[in-house]
Amino acid sequence: MRVLLPNVASFAPASPEEILRPARPWFIALSLLLALIANIAPLAGVAMVLRPDFLALVLLYWCIREPRRVGVGVAWFVGLLMDVADATVFGQHALAYAVLAYGAEYFRRRVLRFPLWQQAVQVAVLLVLCALLVLLVRYIGGAPLPQWTYAAPPLVGALLWPLLSVLLQAPQRPQRSRSRR
Amino acid sequence: MRPISVDTPAFFNRGPSPLARLAFFGLLALVLLFTDTRYRYLENVRHATATVLYPLQRALLMPGAALGYVGDYFGSKRELADENTLLKRELVATGPASQGYALAQRENLRLKALLDLREQYGGAATAVQVLYAGRDPFTQKLFVDKGSNAGIEAGAGVIDETGVVGQVTRVFPRMSEVTLITDRDQAVPVAVERSGARSVMFGNGTGRAPDLRFTAPSADLQVGDRLVTSGIDGTYPPGLAVAEITSVVRDTGQMFARIACKPLAGVDRSEYLLVLARPTSLPPRPEEPTGAGAVRKGIRLKAPPRTR
Repeated sequence: MRVLLPNVASFAPASPEEILRPARPWFIALSLLLALIANIAPLAGVAMVLRPDFLALVLLYWCIREPRRVGVGVAWFVGLLMDVADATVFGQHALAYAVLAYGAEYFRRRVLRFPLWQQAVQVAVLLVLCALLVLLVRYIGGAPLPQWTYAAPPLVGALLWPLLSVLLQAPQRPQRSRSRR
Repeated sequence: MRPISVDTPAFFNRGPSPLARLAFFGLLALVLLFTDTRYRYLENVRHATATVLYPLQRALLMPGAALGYVGDYFGSKRELADENTLLKRELVATGPASQGYALAQRENLRLKALLDLREQYGGAATAVQVLYAGRDPFTQKLFVDKGSNAGIEAGAGVIDETGVVGQVTRVFPRMSEVTLITDRDQAVPVAVERSGARSVMFGNGTGRAPDLRFTAPSADLQVGDRLVTSGIDGTYPPGLAVAEITSVVRDTGQMFARIACKPLAGVDRSEYLLVLARPTSLPPRPEEPTGAGAVRKGIRLKAPPRTR
């Protein structure tokens, strides 16, 4: 059985007491790149309306787990890339992501003590704040108010948080099964 | 005795505090926002980054395209046969009309030559494919697969087989950004096909119908009227279908009538589009009036529009 399913345990969420190995820099970079790709992938219809900001989610995860590698500066730079890919006003995502990273820094010590679904609620608050900031910036810049579906992506993003954090922490789990034997 | 060092050991040193970082980067972002919206200094940076991101974007389109090919390949014979019969029937049905059209066109050409009218738009046009739609919920933009390498210029009109779709607003080496006519404040000078009355159609943003602004309540407009480009802007050649009037509200208390339109082109559906070359034969701008009769600069609102 253990041979067939060697890594099932590593996909269960880590308990707060568990010490994870430090993430490899290339893994952080790769996850950010994949998130950017997911953000600009061509979609249509309902999928397009519901698509969460994957980049914001992944950034948030790394800001909480690896604050010494990913912080306000990295978030700002990644936001600039997103601005270009999206052809939006320069600095819009940069500002939003920088604020997001600061928010993560503010609550990262306590958020990991909660079960995943309660983390998701806190993440939802941050993501909605981030979306409101973008809305404010664009509204001041003269854009019309978007439709009510504008509220959907942050909430979908929060729902994806448990899945995403389990996926992103899997490579950092110490291989307990081997050491026990 | 050596004094104890008060510096933080390197192990604990984390650089500036997060708040300081946020203040620095937030300010930088605000400066960027301001310069980009006001002055557009940063187009070069944008071009460079877009060029780097381009291969990524193209690669993303591959899975979808591959799925499309597979779907086409397995499309049943039956479907193809049905489509074939349908097309044949349509061909026969349109036969008389198209023969009449050829005759009418020849006659029309002769008449136009007689009247020394300008020939219809025969300028160069580039066929492009839509890569993807912009993700920004505040604007209505498309990205197409040809750019300055294919001779596309910013400001060129974009149409599909049924009518005007939008205008090229930004050109990168290998792709361009098209702003749709439904985007907020995107203006298209139009004329009513039936009466020739001229107006300007403005987009109102996502999910809202474009409207004709600044049109007198007495203007000759009816629900169902087709709007075509008037050609007075020098961007769109005259006579391209733009929209249909869906509602006219004449409120005597208001200065202008409220006229909503529905775009005719598949503004958010078409996959293949045509980018029209900009007309080159615009006469130079008339000289600004000078002297005592000139309008004072302070109260003049806008430069007079270019005319052909």
